[in-house]
Amino acid sequence: MKRSSLLVLAVVVILFAISWILKANQLSATEENYILEAFLITFAAFLTLSVLSFLYKDNPFYKFAEHLFVGVSAAFWMCLGFWSTLVKNLIPRLSEGLSEFFNEPYMPGDYNFFFWIPVILGILLLMRLSKEHGWIARWPLAFIVGTTAGLNFVRYLRSDFIEQISATFVPLLIEWQGVGHFFSNFNLAIDGQFVMMLSNWVIFVGVMCGLIYFFFSKEHTGVFGTASRVGIWILMITFGASFGYTVMGRISLLVGRLTFLFKDWLGLIS
Amino acid sequence: MRRQVPLFITFFVGTLLIVSVFIPPMENLGEDFTLFFDIIAVFAFFLGGGNLLRVHLTKLYRKSPDWGFSVVTVVGFFLMLAAGLFKIGNPGDISASVTAEGSMFQTMFNNVVLPLQSTMYALLAFFIASASYRAFRAKNREATILLVAAFIILLGRTPFGMMLTAWIPDSWSVLQVPNLAIWIMNSPNLAGQRAILIGIGLGVVSMSLRIILGIERTYLGDDR
Amino acid sequence: MIPFEPIRLFAFGGFNVPIVISLLIIGGGMLWLLIRSLKAKEVDRRIVFVFIFAAVSAPLLFEITFDETATPIVKGVFEKIENMPERSRIVIAFDFDPAMAPEVQPMANAVIRHALAKNHRLIFISLWATGQALMDKTISEIIPAEFPQKQDGIDYVSLGYKAGNEGVLNVIVSNVKKMFPTDVNGVPLTDIAIFNGVRSMKDVDMVMAVGGGKPGPKEWVLFVGDAPGGPPVAVGVAAVVAPQMYPYYPKQVLGILGGIKGAAEYESELLHNYPRFAEQDTPGLRMMGPQTLAHVVIMAFIIFGNLAFFIGGRHKEKRL
Repeated sequence: MKRSSLLVLAVVVILFAISWILKANQLSATEENYILEAFLITFAAFLTLSVLSFLYKDNPFYKFAEHLFVGVSAAFWMCLGFWSTLVKNLIPRLSEGLSEFFNEPYMPGDYNFFFWIPVILGILLLMRLSKEHGWIARWPLAFIVGTTAGLNFVRYLRSDFIEQISATFVPLLIEWQGVGHFFSNFNLAIDGQFVMMLSNWVIFVGVMCGLIYFFFSKEHTGVFGTASRVGIWILMITFGASFGYTVMGRISLLVGRLTFLFKDWLGLIS
Repeated sequence: MRRQVPLFITFFVGTLLIVSVFIPPMENLGEDFTLFFDIIAVFAFFLGGGNLLRVHLTKLYRKSPDWGFSVVTVVGFFLMLAAGLFKIGNPGDISASVTAEGSMFQTMFNNVVLPLQSTMYALLAFFIASASYRAFRAKNREATILLVAAFIILLGRTPFGMMLTAWIPDSWSVLQVPNLAIWIMNSPNLAGQRAILIGIGLGVVSMSLRIILGIERTYLGDDR
Repeated sequence: MIPFEPIRLFAFGGFNVPIVISLLIIGGGMLWLLIRSLKAKEVDRRIVFVFIFAAVSAPLLFEITFDETATPIVKGVFEKIENMPERSRIVIAFDFDPAMAPEVQPMANAVIRHALAKNHRLIFISLWATGQALMDKTISEIIPAEFPQKQDGIDYVSLGYKAGNEGVLNVIVSNVKKMFPTDVNGVPLTDIAIFNGVRSMKDVDMVMAVGGGKPGPKEWVLFVGDAPGGPPVAVGVAAVVAPQMYPYYPKQVLGILGGIKGAAEYESELLHNYPRFAEQDTPGLRMMGPQTLAHVVIMAFIIFGNLAFFIGGRHKEKRL
């Protein structure tokens, strides 16, 4: 290890210790396990700063945080899957003894021999780790793919196709009482007649033109080309809106982390 | 065995789940098969964990560059696994929630997983700002439309937008930036998103059919 | 138009040296960046990072807050919860992880407070493993402290997490007990009062799906809300996916709380209607200060970048 690296490590260790001591001192009045609590908050702050250090450049602290994250996350999902689904949904349907061991209510009426099927398929899935017998993992994979296809087929057809088409057929004239009335009461209020009608026109024409843009079986020329062009503009507005919202979202995440640092760790804000 | 059995499984399960939606007496069977799917999903988590261990233990065994960080992954993995599987420090009995407050598992979640994952995503705030400065150019008409829409949304979603355009009279209120932002979201954005949604919806439906009928086989990989 | 009254534009009240100094530093820095951009000189990305850090930190440290007024799309959710008869059953889905939590956790908190104040019954559920951990954290932080009279199993229940994504929804839409034989603490569903008369998700009065990934609010709409006889679904989503939920409004979803702005609007509506929550933390409203300044800085970046692009003559370069 280089001398400069050792120096940085030493500084980090000292700062960590100082933070731990100061935090413990601060928490001693309110917390029972203040030494442990102080360590945990300091450690969380250390991990936060380690990840943020990537902004300067890739470094061992970031790599440490990244590798730790991968390990704990994988174990986290495994534990939750085990306790929530295997213990609660599988065991009470297969074994009275195991149900008693895990203190889960055994359901004699629900005993189902067929629940060995997912156990066998699950074990076959783990065979993916073997180089020689990995091919057999295709069976459970086929089950997963088939289920997803079966589940999605009807729902997407209903919610994302039929319902969407139906919702696009909106009235293009709202509260229409003649041309004279329309022009004499013309305004640009957000809840006014013109803006409401404009919205419905934009929705109807926009969806149609957007779909035309996605239709690649016919060359985009003439009227079809013009509609496709309008479709692009509508999609550009959509992407612009998405960009604006994405910025908003990302900033919120940063505010969340800085709030932790300033509030929970440093105690700078109330 | 290698191709025909998976194709049959996909066809059988896919068809059964579609049919069970339309024939109420088959609803129970559809639920059972979905439960099988949920249970297999847990084995997929185990597969993920097993694969992670395999990769990092191989790195350790071969003393690959940066093998020290693999130690961090493996130790973190086993610590979290032990805390969760043995419910260490859990205030309740064995059937209590694994994430009960006070347990070692939940403490590790709150102080390791939570700061790490949220900060990883918080980094994106910096990168999106940098991208805005370096890459977001009004190069042509389409890019300009995108940029203007983004601007209106960015401004309209903050109180600043209202401050700037509060002078616009009510009869022209759609031009006030927050209202314009709402209008963009409710009309052109809705239209564009709906066109995309319909396109994706049709894609999902046709892909599902192709998978169930065995026309789409790429998920099986090759035979080597 | 949208009524808008900034009641606490600058919470520090009057002249405040740290705020003015920090704003001057940010403003001065932006000016320097502008001049540099006009000269077409490259700026290190780390300098851009510093600006964002400062723009977010200053309002956070000096607690600059704004008031918000709920837009109709948020108000729809609030009014549904407000006008449902007491003891209605509301499912709150925690389909998110810590990465999304700063945006969507405030929504979940506000809806929980509102529903419990209206004496509704809550059923917590999660399709994300991380959601269960955040759910347990939320329940233990809010309910005992703010609603000590509310009892587990009678006024609220946590079903926890189940693996299987939309597969879970496909079962509970017709049979909850089959998927969740017990609650998260191992109590059989048959012994939990909230579930008397509830066979499936069609028997609950409303679903509030909070999330932003897959599976998440979209799956709740597709598999539960749109199922024949399905309950009304409202969604609270991370900003990144909020625009994608608009095609479902108002036919398939009651309302959309989009990003931190949606959370802030809901919190504001709650505060205006329930003064008892005035002392509670309102992270959505608190975050709108840093949010505003950061948006302004990012807009300035876009303008400067484009100025440099056009004035520097790079727009004339032949593109491949």
